[in-house]
Amino acid sequence: MRKQRPSITLNILVLLGALMMVFPFLWAFVTSISPGAGLSATPQLIPEDASLSAYAQLFDRLPFAQIVLNSLLLAVLTTIFQLVTSSLAAYVFSRMPFKGRNAVFAVYLATMMVPLQVLVVPLFVEMKSLGLIDTYLGVLLPGIASAFGVFLLRQAMNSIPQDLDQAATLDGAGHFRIFGLIVLPLVRPALATLTVFAFLNSWNSFLWPLIILRTPALKTLPVALAGLQGQYTTQWDIVMAGSVVSILPMLALYIFTQKYIIQGVAGTGLK
Amino acid sequence: MTALQNSRAESPGPTATTKRNQGPGLRRKATGTRLKYALTIAAFLIPSAVPLLFFTIIPMFAAFWISLNQWNLVGPMKWVGLDNYSKLVSDPDTQGAFLHTIYYIVGYLPLVYVGGLAIALALNSRIKGRSLMRGLYFLPVVTSWIVVALVWRWLLNPSTGIVNWLLGLIGVAGPGWWTDPAWSMPSIILASAWKDLGFVMVILLAGLQAIPEDLYEAATVDGAGRWRRLFSITLPMLSPSTFFVVVLSLINGFQVFDQVYAMTGGGPNNSSQVVVQQIYDLTFRYGKAGEASALSWLLFLFILVITLIQVRGQKKWVHYA
Repeated sequence: MRKQRPSITLNILVLLGALMMVFPFLWAFVTSISPGAGLSATPQLIPEDASLSAYAQLFDRLPFAQIVLNSLLLAVLTTIFQLVTSSLAAYVFSRMPFKGRNAVFAVYLATMMVPLQVLVVPLFVEMKSLGLIDTYLGVLLPGIASAFGVFLLRQAMNSIPQDLDQAATLDGAGHFRIFGLIVLPLVRPALATLTVFAFLNSWNSFLWPLIILRTPALKTLPVALAGLQGQYTTQWDIVMAGSVVSILPMLALYIFTQKYIIQGVAGTGLK
Repeated sequence: MTALQNSRAESPGPTATTKRNQGPGLRRKATGTRLKYALTIAAFLIPSAVPLLFFTIIPMFAAFWISLNQWNLVGPMKWVGLDNYSKLVSDPDTQGAFLHTIYYIVGYLPLVYVGGLAIALALNSRIKGRSLMRGLYFLPVVTSWIVVALVWRWLLNPSTGIVNWLLGLIGVAGPGWWTDPAWSMPSIILASAWKDLGFVMVILLAGLQAIPEDLYEAATVDGAGRWRRLFSITLPMLSPSTFFVVVLSLINGFQVFDQVYAMTGGGPNNSSQVVVQQIYDLTFRYGKAGEASALSWLLFLFILVITLIQVRGQKKWVHYA
């Protein structure tokens, strides 16, 4: 009954809603190729004298290519670290019992509850005493382990039957081999989900890089963008050009990994 | 909390082997295996345990220690006990920050939930281009908060923004949005709801797809209409997903910062100063690290209590299949 063909009105409403979701992106793009946008009170939906001058100015005044690379590098490294550290820990919590393991796991879970804001001041002091203010290592370090990642992968590992690794144990395989050759390949979907989450979180993270990075050339995309609007208060074409540049890599990634991202998010709600 | 329950149901592993090797001659070999097992565990755990210890657990307690002192991040610390806390509780700026944060949540949550539910219901039918639509609605979710804030600042620009221009076309004089103290919070709420709509939609859609079809068929046979089915079947069956959305929205809502920082910076006239913005300002603008740490602990406890209340209260309205 419920799955009857929806009415045309519903189709149109959904389409209109989707347009509203996409319009801000389109408008940002249109603005970025309209020099002098932000000065006239009547917006031009299709710019008459379209030009890429805002992009040229942007790359001229800011080391923008460098900044995009910075963000990319940090996001990739964070993701790799989280995949390695989380999967190793998840293996212990799923396959290697020891006394007090539940307590250790509870401590891991508890760290998920602590908001970043609570940690900001002591972390800043810690990084300062280590001499890591204004360095990538300083941005990277607090994010190399993720309790969420451990939890996610442990759930996935628990759902794999133990017969396989027991057979491998009889054949003389140690834990490192069971981990690498049997368990890891079987939790690939969960690894993909974690990859997407880790990458997105790092790519979009703002508060911590804002606090720790000083040198303009070292800044990450969100931090540089936030600074951009302070410099060019009325030059909206430049600000929007910066926004477009930071959307594009994400958009490319999104188009190819959309299914994984959405399934990953949908899965988190069902647990 | 299934996580904690099933962690016991494991294979005995090498520990069981060591127990079987009770003979005196085998003693040494058993200790060797045990040591090797312990070392393996250490090798697997250390890469995550050390960072969590140094970058989460220790800083968390350090923050509590700092919150008991007066400190400007550089000079010596001065012990003040709980003074920072009592100062904050009676401080009008802090109260304002909490009020603005609650304002944000009260405005944001219904908008994003009702909107997300409407789209999820629409996409749960056999609509044309379903996965494309889902992808489009989800697009803002993967965009960074800063980009969202900048784009919406431009859309909602009072004099040259397109929203006020469109409003002008239908004869409405648009408000000053983020430049007007009365409209700064609504501007932030609007941008945030737009960004998170797709996220809520995907969670609810997954919940909707898990509802068995025969429930609807039985209800229709019994003569239940469209609205009756929504309120008597869909919403109760969807309550676990709803619970997840509400808990997550509250946790994230109390920590709202990025979009506020980039859209208004807490202004104009402190009208959108939220708690985390206040923590940031106290630390890095006024050099009051002690008070900032106290405020962050207050926020943490606040979130913890609210989450616990919700987990307790869920029995009353959340139905797990």
